[in-house]
Amino acid sequence: MKHTIALIVENKPGVLVRIAGLFSRRGFNIDSLTVGATDNPDYSRMTITVEGDEVVLEQVTKQLNKLVNVIRVSELLPSESVERELAIIKVAARKEDRSEIMQIVSVFRAKIIDVSPRSMIVEVTGSEDKVEAMVRLLRQFGIKEMARTGKVSMVRGTKVVSA
Amino acid sequence: MGKMSGAEAILECLKLEGVELIFGLPGGVLLPLYDAIYDSDIRHILVRHEQAAAHAADGYARATGRVGVCLATSGPGATNLVTGIATAYMDSVPLVAMTGQVPTNLIGKDAFQEADITGITIPVTKHSYLVRDAKDIPRVFREAFYIASTGRPGPVLIDLPRDVTVNELDFEYPEINLPGYSPNLKVHNLQIKRAATALMEAERPVIYVGGGVKYSDGHKELVELAEKIKAPVTTTLMGIGCFPEDHPLSLGMLGMHGTTYANYAIQEADLILAVGARFDDRVTGKIASFAPQARIVHVDVDPAEIGKNVRVDIPVVGDAKSALAELAKAVEPKSWGPWNDKVAGWKNDHPLFYAKGADSIKPQFVLETICKLCPEAVIVTEVGQNQMWAAQFFTHKHPKHFISSGGLGTMGYGFPAAIGAKMGCPEKEVFDIAGDGSFQMNIQELATAVINEVAVKVIVLNNGVLGMVRQWQDLFYEKRFSNTTLTRVPDFVKVAEAYGALGLRATKPSEVEGVLKEAIASDRATIVDIIISPDEKVSPMVPAGASLSEILELEG
Repeated sequence: MKHTIALIVENKPGVLVRIAGLFSRRGFNIDSLTVGATDNPDYSRMTITVEGDEVVLEQVTKQLNKLVNVIRVSELLPSESVERELAIIKVAARKEDRSEIMQIVSVFRAKIIDVSPRSMIVEVTGSEDKVEAMVRLLRQFGIKEMARTGKVSMVRGTKVVSA
Repeated sequence: MGKMSGAEAILECLKLEGVELIFGLPGGVLLPLYDAIYDSDIRHILVRHEQAAAHAADGYARATGRVGVCLATSGPGATNLVTGIATAYMDSVPLVAMTGQVPTNLIGKDAFQEADITGITIPVTKHSYLVRDAKDIPRVFREAFYIASTGRPGPVLIDLPRDVTVNELDFEYPEINLPGYSPNLKVHNLQIKRAATALMEAERPVIYVGGGVKYSDGHKELVELAEKIKAPVTTTLMGIGCFPEDHPLSLGMLGMHGTTYANYAIQEADLILAVGARFDDRVTGKIASFAPQARIVHVDVDPAEIGKNVRVDIPVVGDAKSALAELAKAVEPKSWGPWNDKVAGWKNDHPLFYAKGADSIKPQFVLETICKLCPEAVIVTEVGQNQMWAAQFFTHKHPKHFISSGGLGTMGYGFPAAIGAKMGCPEKEVFDIAGDGSFQMNIQELATAVINEVAVKVIVLNNGVLGMVRQWQDLFYEKRFSNTTLTRVPDFVKVAEAYGALGLRATKPSEVEGVLKEAIASDRATIVDIIISPDEKVSPMVPAGASLSEILELEG
């Protein structure tokens, strides 16, 4: 079972190492991890997707809370939060395939952000499932390169995860 | 307070934190700091190996309850501390380890004697700092001592690049501001009420006590609670001394080499009140069959310990002392009942024992004799059979009087830790119960003990083998004694004399009491070489991976 955890951490050197090290040392599996700024320059926000049952999740949360540089740990339930991932995909685009690629892009409300005689770069944003679906469809043309951000997530409504 | 160098600021911080003693060994990048130490009131004990500095600071901390401080230079000095830091981490010992570091402009360049010690020690520290600016020194030290000594204690490392110790700063000792660190000390009333109800409902309760009771000074409250509800009490290795072992409710230690009756009581209990203990595998045996009939109440200051190894029915997060005090208030007195009789029966039928009247010296007898001659002594141990005999055959009555590397099981810990304990408690008699294997791992500290006139008494239970591993080879590997025979151990009496210590020896049971009395009378570091058989075993024993019910009583 996958769980999404949002962390507010101090924006200091070595914090990422402490968190990543905690996961490897205690045998927790990270599916994805993203870090980025918050509106307070002292803090960063991380979104971690971890695989495991409720016991694992509880241990992950408690162990993360013990780190001095971790300010807040919060599980984000999929039913109560919005989540997004961005991917840019360089796909082989022969002349005869171009229109079909563009149709797929249009159906997914994705964008073409670069075109060359033999390839295109497609940008897609959405849930992990949507990105996966897009990747599956583009695979038939030949994916030359792909970069994904990993998931970011936020609780719906007025509830906030902040320092 | 005005301008001062980083080095002066460090010493000012140590003074403000009440540090009277540090253990260390200098090196190139520490020259500015050692130059400042030259003029300082803080006593610096020069060790002969950095590992011993960490263990001595650890022993000092465990004996006094204060924060231990050690200091080592960059690179190899720092990496030599790692075993000592890991030892302190596993046993939750408040320790501040300072390391020198290459100048900030050389960090990451593989400079001479550079090691990424903050990176190396992340898994074995409660927190760590690499100080990049002299002006951060007061804040970092303030935080480090606070973090090391509060909540669940632990080691904190401060890495100090050379230029940071030279540069000047305006000294001001700041208030603590740690938004990500707030120990959960206050116990929740509702949880106390639920725990108290469970204790009242229980017919066969056992209180299982770990080092958390020692660190929170909760031993009086523990006795009060246990006596009020007539609950038997067993301790872990770390909890030894928190409950007097001559008390009728005492079960001694539980687990792999615990008493048969403690283990039986756990397996038969309908309620276990665990306080400041972490259900370590050496305690629980096979986890699936641990205390199969019991509801579990777990009190711990570290929420991550609750539910980590066993399922817990009633969690109580908070300080052990206040939890025990609140529980003692919340329960109604109970009288001695059938459960107490049953436990007393086990105690009577399955006492700790060994074969008496043998020609060779029995290590158990040595411990009993030490206990008879010096019942109030601080007992520090090495690791292995010596450690288990010291746990079993000395009647422990006071917290902070039994000092041993439990979690990490660090051979070589005992002697430097005993030096630290004795320096922290000079008025107490301090023994290091050693084996010849462990003692040789930090034997060089005889120099430290002799030069600083630290009168620790090292009792070497000399069997010429790595006894605990050999015991397992004997029992589970068809007596194939692969690499556990030390073949030839040095003459410890001569070693003692070479360092200027007193060396004594006993080879016959009749000599034991005499040499021990001589050692106790000695006012300097003393080694007592006691020759025992390599076939001596620690009994009883729960084989690894077996249930506590499968405890074996081995031939004495």
